[in-house]
Amino acid sequence: MARELLKGNVAIAEAAIRAGLTSYFGYPITPQTELLEYLSARMPEEGRAFVQAESELGAINMVYGAACTGARVMTSSSSPGISLMLEGLSYIAGTEVPMVLVDVMRGGPGLGNIAPAQSDYNQIVHGGGHGDYHVIALAPANVQEAIDMTVLAFDLAEKYRSIAVVLIDGSLGQMMEPAELPPFKPLATQFPEWAVRGAEGGRERRFLSSIYLSPPEEEKANLRMLRRWKDVEANEIRYKEYFMEDAKYVVTGFGSSGRVALSAVRAARAEGIPVGLLRPITVSPFPYKVYEELSKKVDGMLVVEMNTGQMLEDVLKAAQGRTPVEFYGRVGGIVPLPDEILTEIHRLVEEKPAVGGHPRDRWMDRMIKMN
Amino acid sequence: MNTLEQDLEKLVYERPDTLVETTTHYCPGCTHGVAHRLIAEVIEEMGLRDRTIGVASVGCSVFAYNYFDFDFVQAPHGRAPAMATGVKRTLPDRVVLTYQGDGDLASIGMGEIVHAAARGENITVVFLNNANYGMTGGQMAPTTLPGQKTSTSPSGRDVETAGFPIRASELLSTLDGASYVVRRSLHDPKSIRLAKKALRTAFEVQIRGLGFSMVELLSICPTNWGMTPVDSLHWLESNMLPYYPVGDYKINPIVAEIKI
Repeated sequence: MARELLKGNVAIAEAAIRAGLTSYFGYPITPQTELLEYLSARMPEEGRAFVQAESELGAINMVYGAACTGARVMTSSSSPGISLMLEGLSYIAGTEVPMVLVDVMRGGPGLGNIAPAQSDYNQIVHGGGHGDYHVIALAPANVQEAIDMTVLAFDLAEKYRSIAVVLIDGSLGQMMEPAELPPFKPLATQFPEWAVRGAEGGRERRFLSSIYLSPPEEEKANLRMLRRWKDVEANEIRYKEYFMEDAKYVVTGFGSSGRVALSAVRAARAEGIPVGLLRPITVSPFPYKVYEELSKKVDGMLVVEMNTGQMLEDVLKAAQGRTPVEFYGRVGGIVPLPDEILTEIHRLVEEKPAVGGHPRDRWMDRMIKMN
Repeated sequence: MNTLEQDLEKLVYERPDTLVETTTHYCPGCTHGVAHRLIAEVIEEMGLRDRTIGVASVGCSVFAYNYFDFDFVQAPHGRAPAMATGVKRTLPDRVVLTYQGDGDLASIGMGEIVHAAARGENITVVFLNNANYGMTGGQMAPTTLPGQKTSTSPSGRDVETAGFPIRASELLSTLDGASYVVRRSLHDPKSIRLAKKALRTAFEVQIRGLGFSMVELLSICPTNWGMTPVDSLHWLESNMLPYYPVGDYKINPIVAEIKI
């Protein structure tokens, strides 16, 4: 299949259809809306289910119902809409049914703005809804990756009876790039033994629920989910490395931050600075081990994010004070420029910051002076 | 057993197979049991057991799935119509029902029920109205009558501060997507027979693809009302019926042609 010019949101929507998306439910919110619009035309064309819900609450619960049938289901939204969906996400996690969620992050908190941001990393990676659960979260940095990871998200969700999130920011949702769409997958004709589809042929009834009134049963369910998560951690960690073979310094960031940082790393390499880039693809499960090993051999790390340092905490947890960690973030819907990151690389190399203190505090001091 | 007794013995009433033989968790005298039985009888009589999917809600009927011998899912509070939408749109040839109480449907789930009805979602909603939140211990519901005492309206519902009850059937009947919206009561045998007929019609509406159907069932909650079951039935009759008249609030002309 040839490469074509595709907008991120549209590319994800078409990739989902080709991955066998059976039912989609959504609600308009910028900068995600093209996904909803595109599917409103394409799903009926394919004879599949599309509903524009009354709210994100409605959308996620439609997804919940459809997911219980064992079909491939998806919704998409952006930050404030995801907040509304957290109730349903917790129930879906607790019922152990698979679904794909596309989160096109924008500036926050509150209504915030519609510019690109990564300030919902913690919401997706470290929680969100109530209860002990984890989601698989994939962070593409270009349209091709967004396509590939949408397809992957469906496979992983099904394999682990889990929620799989494609976590991007508004810039990737809105950006057009050449990319290649995957071939069409046929829709499933076989469904898992847990799927609620009507007790055909007089089979025994099934029910799906997230309620375990007896605490020992709830404990058992929590441990079952955790065991499954341990399998995800063992098998599904993904990340990309650039210029890492001889790197003494490492820049790291996910999604668009990682992509912008790559330009800065290239520029630094051109200056002869031995710096590489580590870009996590799975931000959940987070590649702790990879960072841990790196922290034993590099002279410093620079974490770049479009938030006030959320993934930073995970990097610090992995680095354990073994190497200096610095942070550079732009927030409120501002995308950092390669030159800004290059300046931070220079600082890291020249100033050789101490291991102590918190990188966020040092960054804040610099930001206050800047503003 | 002698021959004479055998001749006299004729089974006139038994548990439908679609109703699971189990101990009830509902309080003595509660009409949830009656409503469950009616649904089970209708599903069985119509031969729908193998293709029916129920959506339980949050409230006393959170465990509804324990009693029906067909597939079930369990929705978050108020979201059963959305969840049912997801099931039905994915499996359009299945029969999908929600079973919801008045707190679930008319308070926290008002958005979901209104839009499911407005879309003409081809599902059947069984709506139990007992004028209070049963499971959490009898708090004021959107359906609690003016002056009615509950654990959160201890001096009686004051409409000046707590507003007025919501008549869900009347409200939903204004929506073009709703095909069949009726209110029945479970307070005496005649009403119960009419309730069953309405449930049968509601499922016929769905099978024929005629859109949204809902049967509201006026119900009692002796435990939280602080009355005996018999007194509760009388209370329903003398207090709820005047405020919530039984009747057909929306009958699509095509539905009117269905003969049962």
